[in-house]
Amino acid sequence: MEGLDITLTVLIGSAIFGYSIAFIAGFGRLAKNVFIRKFTTVYIEIFRGTSLVVQLFWFFYVLPGLLGIELSSYMIGVITIGMNYGAYMSEVVRGSILAVPKGQYEAATALNMSRFQRMRFVILPQAIRMMLPEFGNYLIQMLKATSLVSIISMADITYVGLLYRDANTSEGVAVFTMLLVIYFIIALPLIYITRRLERWASKGVATE
Amino acid sequence: MRWDWSTVIEVFPLIFDAMWTTLGLTIACFSTAMIVGAIWTALKRIKFKPFNWFISFVLEFIRSTPPLVQLYFLFFAWPMIPYIGVTLDPFTVAVMGLGVHFSTYISEIYRSGIEGVPKGQLEAATALNFSTRQKWTKIILPQAIPPIIPMLGNYLIIMFKEIPLTIVVGVAGMLTVAEVYGVNNFEYLEPYTIVAFFFLAMSYPSSLLIQWLEKKMNRRFVNKPDKKGKGVTAT
Repeated sequence: MEGLDITLTVLIGSAIFGYSIAFIAGFGRLAKNVFIRKFTTVYIEIFRGTSLVVQLFWFFYVLPGLLGIELSSYMIGVITIGMNYGAYMSEVVRGSILAVPKGQYEAATALNMSRFQRMRFVILPQAIRMMLPEFGNYLIQMLKATSLVSIISMADITYVGLLYRDANTSEGVAVFTMLLVIYFIIALPLIYITRRLERWASKGVATE
Repeated sequence: MRWDWSTVIEVFPLIFDAMWTTLGLTIACFSTAMIVGAIWTALKRIKFKPFNWFISFVLEFIRSTPPLVQLYFLFFAWPMIPYIGVTLDPFTVAVMGLGVHFSTYISEIYRSGIEGVPKGQLEAATALNFSTRQKWTKIILPQAIPPIIPMLGNYLIIMFKEIPLTIVVGVAGMLTVAEVYGVNNFEYLEPYTIVAFFFLAMSYPSSLLIQWLEKKMNRRFVNKPDKKGKGVTAT
């Protein structure tokens, strides 16, 4: 199947973009500045409130005309999936940072650490281990979401499969079974990693 | 491309009508998912190792493959499978595809609900000589169901947002209507924006409702120890 490279590059692209957005928006929700906080909240609610498919269509058909710029469908796929899942994952980032016990903040302040040092050396290392399993789950979600780019006619494996099926109608069962199996094979290592992360994250953490 | 209010007035009723299809489909899919999810949960409780592994594998497979491809499979490949294959109309494909996909998630929720009931409850029921049927209807389910209602609500919203996927098999939901209008009139801005607005307008209030429900449930179950034995405290 030739579409595999597209599926994987879209997955990697949107994962990197999505995680970055998640951190930016996650910190944005926690910012002291009211304006930043409101702005991020609006962004998150819009992207979580509307459907990914609708966003994909909107970005594909509307945005280029609205801004007068041409984006490749690869860029659109990565940006849409990244921004959508970034919005979901920012809640994970926010939740994990808030889940770090208050005493940790106070202790760090007592040690005369700056705000940045406190975040970098005390809070984040503890928050990240809570985030990672969730991030793994979202990675599998994103893998499933990459199949949507076939709707905006990108040649990922779903699209290639559809084309092949159109040419050889009698092999429909084989084509779509193959597709499902391929997606499952890509997802297997991700599932495994997520399970490992879950176990790792719950290890050695004192439960109050 | 400019925002044109006359287009909005023209296309708004069309999308509003299609909203009922989308909503009906959501309810149909969700009911299917709830029923099939219950079947999965029941099957997973059968204590026969190979069978258990098999069910887990099936669930994992359905969960980690894209619903889009599953819809294609049901629509294009299912009719060609010998003996059991029948041609399905788009609505049925959508209900079956999304219903079964989400049933795997729903069954996880059921499981967590059942496991959330402390073991002592079951033992106490046994000690009181309850029959298996009584144990389930009188002891376990009444305690397992209320805490999972907010979670089920969350999945209802998630599912609602997956419904536009059914555009690929041609169900006339909101997005499909918008696309048809867009193709015919070369106007994409207004139809798609209206669709996005509709989704936001419906899912945001419902998610607030769920949050409220969640808080209420938490308050009701304050200090009820969960399975790790640590108290759930209200914040």
